[in-house]
Amino acid sequence: MTRILISSSANISDQLVEYFRAQIREDPDVASAVAAIRSLLKFLKRDQSETILGLRENMTKAIHRLEETDSSVAVSSGGELFLRFISLTSLEHPDLSQCKNVMIERGELFLKKISLSRGKVGKLCHTFIKDGAKILTHSSSRVVLKVLENAAADNKRFTVYVTESQPDSAGKLMAQKLCNLNIPVTVVLDAAVGYIMEKVDLVIVGAEGVVESGGVINKIGTYQMAVCSKAHNKPFYVVAESFKFVRLYPLNQQDVPDRFKYKADILKTVKDLNQEHPMIDYTPPSLITLLFTDLGVLTPSAVSDELIKLYL
Amino acid sequence: MADSDGRQVVSINHSTEEDVKLQEVVQAKCEGKELTKEEKQRLRKEKKQHKKNKKDDRGPPEKEKEKEKASVLAPSKPATQSPAHKAAPVPVNASASESPVAAEKPAKSKAEQRAERRARQDTERASKQGKKEGGQQSASSKPKATPNELQPVKRLPEHIQVDDPAALKKLAKKLERQQVPLRSDYGYKVSLFSHLHQYSRKNPPTQQISIPATVIHPSIVRLGLQYSQGIIAGSNARSVALLHAFKQVIQDYSTPPNEELSRDLVNKLSPYISFLSQCRPLSASMGNAIKYIKKEISNIPSQCKEEEAKRRLQECIDSYINEKIILASEAISKYAIEKISDGDVILVYGCSSLVNHILCEAFEKQRKFRVIVVDSRPRLEGREALRRLVKKGIRCTYVLISALSYILPEVSKVFLGAHALLANGYVMSRVGTSQIALVAKAYNVPVLVCCETYKFCERVQTDSFESNELDDPDDLIVTRNGKTHLENWQTVKSLGLLNLVYDVTPPDFVDLVITDLGMIPCTSVPVVLRVKNVDQ
Repeated sequence: MTRILISSSANISDQLVEYFRAQIREDPDVASAVAAIRSLLKFLKRDQSETILGLRENMTKAIHRLEETDSSVAVSSGGELFLRFISLTSLEHPDLSQCKNVMIERGELFLKKISLSRGKVGKLCHTFIKDGAKILTHSSSRVVLKVLENAAADNKRFTVYVTESQPDSAGKLMAQKLCNLNIPVTVVLDAAVGYIMEKVDLVIVGAEGVVESGGVINKIGTYQMAVCSKAHNKPFYVVAESFKFVRLYPLNQQDVPDRFKYKADILKTVKDLNQEHPMIDYTPPSLITLLFTDLGVLTPSAVSDELIKLYL
Repeated sequence: MADSDGRQVVSINHSTEEDVKLQEVVQAKCEGKELTKEEKQRLRKEKKQHKKNKKDDRGPPEKEKEKEKASVLAPSKPATQSPAHKAAPVPVNASASESPVAAEKPAKSKAEQRAERRARQDTERASKQGKKEGGQQSASSKPKATPNELQPVKRLPEHIQVDDPAALKKLAKKLERQQVPLRSDYGYKVSLFSHLHQYSRKNPPTQQISIPATVIHPSIVRLGLQYSQGIIAGSNARSVALLHAFKQVIQDYSTPPNEELSRDLVNKLSPYISFLSQCRPLSASMGNAIKYIKKEISNIPSQCKEEEAKRRLQECIDSYINEKIILASEAISKYAIEKISDGDVILVYGCSSLVNHILCEAFEKQRKFRVIVVDSRPRLEGREALRRLVKKGIRCTYVLISALSYILPEVSKVFLGAHALLANGYVMSRVGTSQIALVAKAYNVPVLVCCETYKFCERVQTDSFESNELDDPDDLIVTRNGKTHLENWQTVKSLGLLNLVYDVTPPDFVDLVITDLGMIPCTSVPVVLRVKNVDQ
């Protein structure tokens, strides 16, 4: 009997992962955190634990499982925020199923809110793009794409420079999408950021995670770009949804935990991480001018304020 | 009592009687016995009478000025004007204003005096209105006085107003009233810091207190001596010692008849606090602890019995120490240990009980790191830190602060303690801390400040001059090979010795603040203060 139960729980987590992967496959535009939260909600509906504590444990295990699949910061932060959000209510109902219904309701609400967050960010940020602006961006970010889409819809004329962003050449993908929107775009080498900085007016990048200090974790090469823009006195804007806020506080590049730096499958297979190239880097708050989030336009020091409000 | 002769006769009679009483009272003061309330009232009355006699000799214009001063103060303190309210500690201003008023109308009754005062205030208000519309300058200084009363009076703490003689006089009066000895400043003060006290360790204020001390509780006297001689140093140690002394005071306290514990105990504590601040200016942590105790005392319900109330207060103090200091340091170590990785070289400055605790805990948790202890004259507190760490078995290096830029390329992290965290994100700590933060920033070494939340204070400061502490200048004198060059520094008129105790570090140099609430950036201190105020 116990053996069957164990295998069914393993089954459930496999199904969870499958569902997650399916989400990303079907809708490549969805943020990985949103997909993760949708899967977690489905998991919650299917979960059959008898106690609240058991439920929370299962959820935590499910989040870990998802983190193993996709090691981005956003999945981890989104999962934790989801768990916090649904258990924020005082679950005083004596009946477990009632509690679960309340949690599911809150979960749906949370999902609805965050699905709209990208649109909110786009609306906030596009006003900062002036007519005739030259924008530099890094790698492929769906939020930045939304911002540029909104700006183009507003009949603004601007040109975009995108870095190639090796090793996965995500920049070329971004360039393709921008071409489809009829925005003039040029792909530059990662090494050409210093060269191109004097031509551009502003830099806009997305983020995989926003940390407590107000700094961001993003695709490798972002830190370089931030240092260059500081040296040239160009504004460096970051666009991120609020579910990307995470309770980390790295002091420098080394302090970012390994589980975020490398892809999930590499973490599992490779022994010596020193031979691997990290996929992300940390940009300290002193180099960032403003952060555009669905909670509003924030300075890096205000991020901690928002985090305290969310978490405390 | 209506005719002037009669008045004179009465006053003469009064003065002889009062002289006798005054002598008694002065005698009692010399013996160090605590004056009873009646004696205190009598003393006040006598002083006023003396002042009145003196002022009778002066001319009318002086009286006019006094009257204006009285009328200026009258709107702000109408309740305390009536002599019947002498029971509450009357602010010195009120007593000063009361005497000229009394000098003018001794014969009229109190009610008539009050009515007259009100009429005067009304006319003043009318004249103020007229002045506003007309914009004319009238001859008397009354209009000059009235705009002052429109602005809220900003009160600076007295310990940073030493170069203002009026503030000093006020302080002296207050201390005399509380029967706390006034400590005199020592030596030539550097002009930038002339607004701060500078005391010598050789004459502590405890010498001016008789034995056995009856006005100030003996445990407070002991505490004051320990503070002024530097036996207890470090903000946590000082706060804990203060709270323990207050526990003793509460234990020995007995409510006088017809008094409420919640109000009387707070009044009893005020002279103790004045005495302690004469021994050594209060730290921010001590200030917060005192605020907490006063709040707890005033929240005691009146129907609570004395034993019960005392027990409750003792418990409050114990739980404050436990939560805010001991448990907080556990929480901070937990967070801080996450930031210490194997192979780290950690730099610490001076002796902070919290940082030492963190390092000892991390060492017990098998982290591999080594420590560089930076020290500075004249306190040489780093030696104590070195002693504690080496006893644990941690590998340490010891340098003086002048070797800082030499040693920093080796360092991976800097851990600093704090005396207080100000509301604009500045860190107030032992002098030398901001230097370390500055040089660490230049070398891109992360600076972590560890501070409990009870040290957060609402003050705002952007420089180290405004509110600081000057230690004994003789500490800077050093004897080497039997020769003391600075022995007679007081005779050299152009020489000043400056021994600063604190400095402030701007938040740009601090990367992370570890508190018991978690890891926050330096700019989020006002957020924490706001959250804390909401909680309370």
